[in-house]
Amino acid sequence: MSGSATTSNVSPEIVAQHGLTPDEFARAVRILGRTPNLTELGIFSAMWSEHCSYKSSRKWLRRLPTTGPRVICGPGENAGVVDIGDGQAAIFKIESHNHPSFIEPYQGAATGVGGILRDVFTMGARPIANLNALRFGSPDHPKTRRLVAGVVAGIGGYGNCVGVPTVGGECNFHPSYNGNILVNAMTVGIADARRIFYSAAAGPGNPVIYVGAKTGRDGIHGATMASAEFSEDADAKRPTVQVGDPFTEKLLIEACLELMAGDAIVAIQDMGAAGLTSSSVEMAGKGGLGIELDLDQVPVREERMTPYEIMLSESQERMLMILKPGSEDAARRIFEKWELDFAVIGRVTETGRLVLRMHGEVAADMPVGPLVTEAPLYDRPWAETPTRAELRPEDVPAVDTITALKKLVACPDLASKRWIWEQYDHLVMGHTVQRPGGDAAVVRLPGKRKALALVTDCTPRYCVADPGRGGAQAVAETWRNLTAVGATPIAITDNMNFGNPERPEIMSQFAGCIEGMREACLALDYPVVSGNVSLYNETNGKGILPTPVIGGVGLIDDAAISVTLAFKRPGDAILLVGETRGHLGSSLYLREIAGREDGAPPPVDLAAERRNGDAVRAEILAGRVSACHDVSDGGLLVALAEMAMAGGIGASVVAPAGAPAHAFWFGEDQGRYVLTTSDPETVTARLGAAGVPVRRLGTTAGDSLTVEGADAISTAELRRINEAWLPAYMAAP
Amino acid sequence: MQAAIIVFPGSNREQDVFDALTRASGKPPLKVWHRDSELPKADLLVIPGGFSYGDYLRCGAMAAHSPIMRAVKERAQRGTPVLGICNGFQILTEAGLLPGVLLANKTLKFHCKNVNLRVETSQSIFTCRYEAGQVIEAPVAHHDGNYFADPKTLDRLEDQGLVAFRYCTPEGAVTEEGNANGSARNIAGIFNESKTVLGLMPHPEDATDPLVGRTDGQALFAGLVGALS
Repeated sequence: MSGSATTSNVSPEIVAQHGLTPDEFARAVRILGRTPNLTELGIFSAMWSEHCSYKSSRKWLRRLPTTGPRVICGPGENAGVVDIGDGQAAIFKIESHNHPSFIEPYQGAATGVGGILRDVFTMGARPIANLNALRFGSPDHPKTRRLVAGVVAGIGGYGNCVGVPTVGGECNFHPSYNGNILVNAMTVGIADARRIFYSAAAGPGNPVIYVGAKTGRDGIHGATMASAEFSEDADAKRPTVQVGDPFTEKLLIEACLELMAGDAIVAIQDMGAAGLTSSSVEMAGKGGLGIELDLDQVPVREERMTPYEIMLSESQERMLMILKPGSEDAARRIFEKWELDFAVIGRVTETGRLVLRMHGEVAADMPVGPLVTEAPLYDRPWAETPTRAELRPEDVPAVDTITALKKLVACPDLASKRWIWEQYDHLVMGHTVQRPGGDAAVVRLPGKRKALALVTDCTPRYCVADPGRGGAQAVAETWRNLTAVGATPIAITDNMNFGNPERPEIMSQFAGCIEGMREACLALDYPVVSGNVSLYNETNGKGILPTPVIGGVGLIDDAAISVTLAFKRPGDAILLVGETRGHLGSSLYLREIAGREDGAPPPVDLAAERRNGDAVRAEILAGRVSACHDVSDGGLLVALAEMAMAGGIGASVVAPAGAPAHAFWFGEDQGRYVLTTSDPETVTARLGAAGVPVRRLGTTAGDSLTVEGADAISTAELRRINEAWLPAYMAAP
Repeated sequence: MQAAIIVFPGSNREQDVFDALTRASGKPPLKVWHRDSELPKADLLVIPGGFSYGDYLRCGAMAAHSPIMRAVKERAQRGTPVLGICNGFQILTEAGLLPGVLLANKTLKFHCKNVNLRVETSQSIFTCRYEAGQVIEAPVAHHDGNYFADPKTLDRLEDQGLVAFRYCTPEGAVTEEGNANGSARNIAGIFNESKTVLGLMPHPEDATDPLVGRTDGQALFAGLVGALS
């Protein structure tokens, strides 16, 4: 498949197979001044894929706020970097591995974890926590059970072996994901704020080093696959899925961090999507320089690999580094200690060109700058998403309160996900202060009192109903989750999962969600520091629900002050913070009880969100709050049930006179928290003084959740039905 | 007490036990890289949890044949106490320092959760700060923790008082319901004949910090510090 750089025999069919439009190919020819050969075509195709170039989304992503007093590095590098005080930085990012996970769930999910870990330790951070966000199709779809089993085993298989705790995540089911599941993985690491490693090449003549695992033929054109829709023959794409080796990754983490303790590294980048192509082009492009590679020096594990295959392989657990001259031997010793390949494969040049040589021939010779800067940028047409009607409580049928509660806590989206997170080592490293199952995970920093609070969240049913509200809500909910454990939210990473952007209605979902996210980020001082876009999540022209997953990171000065959602003791006052109007549009109650998915989602009042959250956090930090939980999916009574189940302590609660019970207990109004306290007078007074609506709901008591005017249900019974669904579902044949 | 932790490529709980030992003894343990063939002077050798060499073969099988394990065996035979946790327990059985083998959990899944353990004897340097029959809680995090040995070996372990911990219910009942992974006779940890070597699947080192959960593992490390200082 190789050939000298000046001869070419690429046909229009080959161009089309590489996912380039005729216009894009013409642009490539113009940049090169001739027709590209196959290797060069492959490089154009990978670099200009949606996955690498963000050609449909860039215009909109620019709208997101990315700066703030704590931001050290925003989007554009391997991961985002924020200042967390004491000379430390938190480095984090979320990334999708949707398409590979649908085709080969174990390896797809495992390599998703591996890839995001590399993005974080590439920058000099020791990974301290993993999270994920999963979306599967309808539970009764024939593929769902196998996909859940494979994805969970893959995330666990990789994360458990590398020894990074998987501390949180979310998992939902909806038929729109039947043909396109979502597997989004997030890693958070800690680094010395003065020792962050970036990817821009520097120093012409400096050696280019390849480290890690050997290159094979796996994953060739993964980035292109991730940028196309599926059809019925998705399974035939299995050979493009990479295979992960967490053991090698663990060695790579240790070797890289050992090398990073010295000063040998000029620049470093992991080989993720589009492997050696994107890493070398991006490093050279960011430095405004060129790179020459001798592909004969690349460690390979298969015979007779061509330049095309070497450049486009997505073999895992590999990194590309530029070292200071003269430091190669010391660096080599570290990698040999960890039994990893180490090869000098090229050097940085001043030419601004990517030149590849193999077997004494030039395999590619192309300008780096235009590959990056002249990547296509599309302003795709979009049309406003039609507005849905606001539902009033009387538009939604009311059923018995406890009956509805039982149905909700047992429904797939609210059922306990213990079956999943118990397969993840969430304790390794010994710093997990709040384990999975709460509002946010809390991970103490080694040797410190302070901790990070971490969460992933998104409510796709809101996003499809009203992208603006949905985008704002996703951001606000993570902010609320972090606040509920006592943390101050710092920044987010986003994973934009959408359908085919060439369809105006999908583009309007994307644009709408971005606008909502932007407003929320601005109102909450909660910038975006990293992210990932996954488009074309469609099968046979049917898109997924728009799913902009938000990964939120917050800081708490003293981990011991953080609170959990569990009721702690009988006799505590239960307070509801925030305004309740009984909003049932696009609620889980509407879907699970009435079987409808219509109505406008709840409005998001960002000023109220901030006011309520800041006031709640102040009470937590003052030590007056014994338990706290945000009110989200399923509404108030579900939140109370979750607090009762977590603590094994019941409560007696009452709705205000005259309020429609179903709307009061199950409405999904935003900006609300439930908290418990032994000092309700002070808490109520202080919240009131801050202008925050607060209402006494009742008192923790006994071992049942009792709703005045309705019935009671024991915490044991609640737990039983909440824990039963997922294990039973997975055990079924 | 000076402890030394053997670090294999793929070990991943060496820092957890490092922290637990430091908290208990005030003295940071040494870390010994697997390629070293000589051990430093140490009062206690620890083989930590993780996935040594990736555990792509049987868990612990590769590590058991590494150069450093020859040195560990020699020390163990001369009476130096050895603690193997999780993957460390698997390595000790593969190395022949403890009998039996760890099979895949009966669910064939990885499990990370707190379990209840009944302390079977207080007559050892590892368990001297516990009461026999005491129920403690500690996390497990493993895929292959299902202890198996032939009935004769199991009888011998029981007759000689070499069972250290058993999985149980919160009330201390050694039943199927309380068995975390299908282990024979609910065995979670065993001693060698001289009770100087302990292998166990649960992680006492991850139950030593009040902020992170229960602290029932502290007594194991405190007992060792008391006995070996």
